[in-house]
Amino acid sequence: MTLVHEPAAPATAKPSAPISIAGALNAALRDAIEADPSVVVFGEDVGPLGGVFRVTDGLAARFGENRVWDSPLAEAGIVGTAIGMAMYGMRPIVEMQFDAFSYPAFEQITSHLAKMHNRTRGAVRLPIVIRIPYAGGIGGVEHHSDSSEAYWTHTPGLTVVTPSNPADAYSMLREAIASDDPIIFLEPKSRYWSREDVALPVTTAPMTSAVVLREGTDVTLLAYGPTVRTALEAADQGALEGLSVEVIDLRSLSPFDDETVGASVRKTSRAAVIHEAAQFGGYGAEVAARVTERQFFYLAAPVLRITGFDIPYPSPKLEEHFLPTADRVLAALDTWEW
Amino acid sequence: MSDSVVGSQLPVRPTEKPICLIAADGKRTSPDLAAGFELPASDILLSLYRRMVLGRRFDVQVTAVTRQGRLATYPSAVGQEACEIGAVAALGDDDWLFPTYRDTMAVMTRGVAPADALRQFRGDWHMGFDPYEHRISVQATPLATQALHAVGLATAAKLKGDNVVALTFLGDGSTSEGDAHEAFNFAAVWQAPVVFVIQNNQYAISVPITKQSHARTLADKAIGYGMPGYYVDGNDVAAMYTVISAAVVNAREGRGPALIEGLTYRVEAHTNSDDPTRYRDRDEEDAWAALDPIARLERHLRGTGDLTEQLSAEIANEAETLAANVREAVNAETELDPLEIFDHVYVIPRETLAEQRDYLARELASAEQESDR
Repeated sequence: MTLVHEPAAPATAKPSAPISIAGALNAALRDAIEADPSVVVFGEDVGPLGGVFRVTDGLAARFGENRVWDSPLAEAGIVGTAIGMAMYGMRPIVEMQFDAFSYPAFEQITSHLAKMHNRTRGAVRLPIVIRIPYAGGIGGVEHHSDSSEAYWTHTPGLTVVTPSNPADAYSMLREAIASDDPIIFLEPKSRYWSREDVALPVTTAPMTSAVVLREGTDVTLLAYGPTVRTALEAADQGALEGLSVEVIDLRSLSPFDDETVGASVRKTSRAAVIHEAAQFGGYGAEVAARVTERQFFYLAAPVLRITGFDIPYPSPKLEEHFLPTADRVLAALDTWEW
Repeated sequence: MSDSVVGSQLPVRPTEKPICLIAADGKRTSPDLAAGFELPASDILLSLYRRMVLGRRFDVQVTAVTRQGRLATYPSAVGQEACEIGAVAALGDDDWLFPTYRDTMAVMTRGVAPADALRQFRGDWHMGFDPYEHRISVQATPLATQALHAVGLATAAKLKGDNVVALTFLGDGSTSEGDAHEAFNFAAVWQAPVVFVIQNNQYAISVPITKQSHARTLADKAIGYGMPGYYVDGNDVAAMYTVISAAVVNAREGRGPALIEGLTYRVEAHTNSDDPTRYRDRDEEDAWAALDPIARLERHLRGTGDLTEQLSAEIANEAETLAANVREAVNAETELDPLEIFDHVYVIPRETLAEQRDYLARELASAEQESDR
């Protein structure tokens, strides 16, 4: 079982230093561009500005405008041209500036990016990474806080991953760039600036696997991206009340790591999934259904979903009422008969 | 060709009237309609003529077998041969073609075997050939989306220093789509070696061009993007070939993209399930029939004496052989492996798909046992 929450520094690595998720992503992009001449980065404001979240900071100056450049402001255009570039042997990494701004690219992503390899019977590979800062918690005005993961996970052909900490941010982005499948890389924007000590370069668990961040025996909390911290907080608080909480960072939403999750649920007999996105038809529904179908006879209680409400993401002054909190998680666990 | 057109670094504005080199009566047009472009040599014209005759025979045959239920559907390009053939003839081997669903004639003309070109419409698979073998992308069904792929591929080639040009077809209806606008804009901003060929065949299924655009011409849209635009008689293959060739040369030599509108007409229905009598009249169809691209070049080549009876008979024979190939291709039974539907979804295999593949395999095996009983 891989524990990436406290990564062990390899003997040869540089000494660890505090680094944020944004900084780790920046380092991953830098190292990938350096390592492979076919890697290019483009999107809105990713050039001299370094992106609105500064994830591409310094890359255009370092590698030049033929490797990192500002595109016109059009998301379908960004993804559509990335597809053409990948057809010609490049490995484009593109940025959708905010989650809700990826919707103009929906057709290019779902009808072409996800289907080209299948349509061409394997002749055309599209090694493209679409980076999407997602979810809320930053006081963003409307359209800046969506959790749109279910749109992508519902689309066969896409691989959807999301890191929750700096070490994973580096390792998973490098793996995503090296992958021959198209990857939707969701970056939890409220966690961009949370720092941890990491020695780069770092390799954590494989991108498509879930990891147990904290071991426990009473309940399994399944979280990803921004809600991993929420789950860890709930585990801390639960421990004070004598509850032994296991926390799993799903990391990969598609594919889903049935093995790691199943092993945990068979041990604890109880599971809850936490996400910011609205509940109805959300990713948690898939998680609850899978766990129920596969682990039904081990379950002592129905799988719970602690999620955002079924409403559009609220305005900045009201978002605190929307986001799942550790208290809300524990309150939900209290609804079970123990 | 005059320097004012080829080799110019200045955007060229669309002409007042469509550029035309050979009129409907087969005669050469006046210099103002030629707009500085010169008529191709007779061997090129003969080659274009031959390919148009073959292209039409192919399309007519495919439409016929579709009516017999051999294909799931087929969007015909009859009447649009000058655009289809003129564009393909202007491309080099290393260049790329990004066709739409209506451009099977162009796909076949660029060298894809009829059986492979028709696999998509037979319903065997979504695409019937390897894009890298012929440098032809998938025939796009979602409108204008392929234009962005062309811009991306051309940009990648430019970044790698390869002299590759990407040509994408578009229809008049698809110019209303956002992806068309984004493709024109990205291509111009990035000075990508792309040639956009809009086949304005007057209809998007049933909706006429007048309900699609209020612009004087679709070629005029090029002005707004800062690229050359050419308004061309799309039923004159000499003009289409010559203008597209000039645009391809310009793109290849680093002078950026161009947008070409060919005025033409969709002679057949949108597909076999469409009924044009509900939205257009016979007079209109007759008027366009008089402008037919093959008949006009035939008149011209007979007038010049380049098309002899013997050559004409040879081409006709070749066309019948092609038609027989089409019939054979669509009548041949193809062996499809149902389990293959799982095999290309991802490069990296997925456990859940392996489970579902096993499920289908068991279902197929038990169905076979059932039928053996």
